[in-house]
Amino acid sequence: MNKKNKLILLFSLLASGLISLFASAFPDGLEYVAGNLGFIDKAINYFPGLFSEYALPGVSNEILAGSLAGIFGTLLIFMVLLVLGKSLIYVLNQTSKNQKN
Amino acid sequence: MHLPDQFLSNQTNFTLLVISAGFLVNAFKSFFNSNFEKVKFLIPQLETGIGQKISSPKSLGYFKAKSHVNKKIEQLALVAAFIFALQMLNFPIQNGTSGHFLGGVLAAVVLGPWAGIMAISSVLVVQAFIFSDGGIISLGANIFNMGVIGVLFSYLIYLFIFQITRHRFLAIGLAGWFSVVLASIACSIEIGLSGQAALGLVLPAMLKVHVLIGMVEAFITIFAIKIFFYEQEK
Repeated sequence: MNKKNKLILLFSLLASGLISLFASAFPDGLEYVAGNLGFIDKAINYFPGLFSEYALPGVSNEILAGSLAGIFGTLLIFMVLLVLGKSLIYVLNQTSKNQKN
Repeated sequence: MHLPDQFLSNQTNFTLLVISAGFLVNAFKSFFNSNFEKVKFLIPQLETGIGQKISSPKSLGYFKAKSHVNKKIEQLALVAAFIFALQMLNFPIQNGTSGHFLGGVLAAVVLGPWAGIMAISSVLVVQAFIFSDGGIISLGANIFNMGVIGVLFSYLIYLFIFQITRHRFLAIGLAGWFSVVLASIACSIEIGLSGQAALGLVLPAMLKVHVLIGMVEAFITIFAIKIFFYEQEK
């Protein structure tokens, strides 16, 4: 990974791990409208998700929980997509290795 | 704008799941076709020394990754992570409401529309399953609003505006604004169609907020591309 990409990843981790702690706690546009029009109580998800509300469970300090959740999510997305993509390349490259030349 | 499962009716949710799935399959196909090529080669027929044919010629094929695919994969992963991180940074708008970055145009311009919708969808999937930000069966609706409209359709808008103005960052900014506003309109229509609330009430309310959020989106998109992704933009 070149220097610039490392910087982008670092910035992403900083944003999700630190700057996110200062993010506005106001409800987002949709939640706000739902609240005003009276259907915010329907904000139910069928699957509770591993964590809820961007806080890592098992961490008592609220601030730390939020920060770690952000870092975890950022790294997760990066690694999963990287692994999936590289696996695809690897598997397809294998198809050429099986041919007799 | 992440819709929870029960904001929309089951019909709306499932319809949009199917539609979004269709778009994603096409996106993957396009991404695949532009990054991997099918190579065919011929095995000539085998003969013995006296000219007797043992086997007939065979045509086989295999997939070859084009050069730079590794870089593209890394770019996809990076942009998705970047967008996820920025989406966590809610900014206050007015009257006790906040907005957050969407990143559809950023993804489209830096990665191309197909890889872009795949990136945004990955972010939405992780947000839904891991952080319960947005529902599971409403994933289709969220991918439609923020992926199909937010990435694909907004990319068309970007191309169109760039065509007329020949000014790249103006096109990026305007497309960014449209991506948020149009997505919020789609969201409002879905809520109205689901019978959750009257369209005449939801639409103006959503527009009021998202017209402003769109402006911030435009600026963030422009600056993010300028600062981080300049050489990579298409």
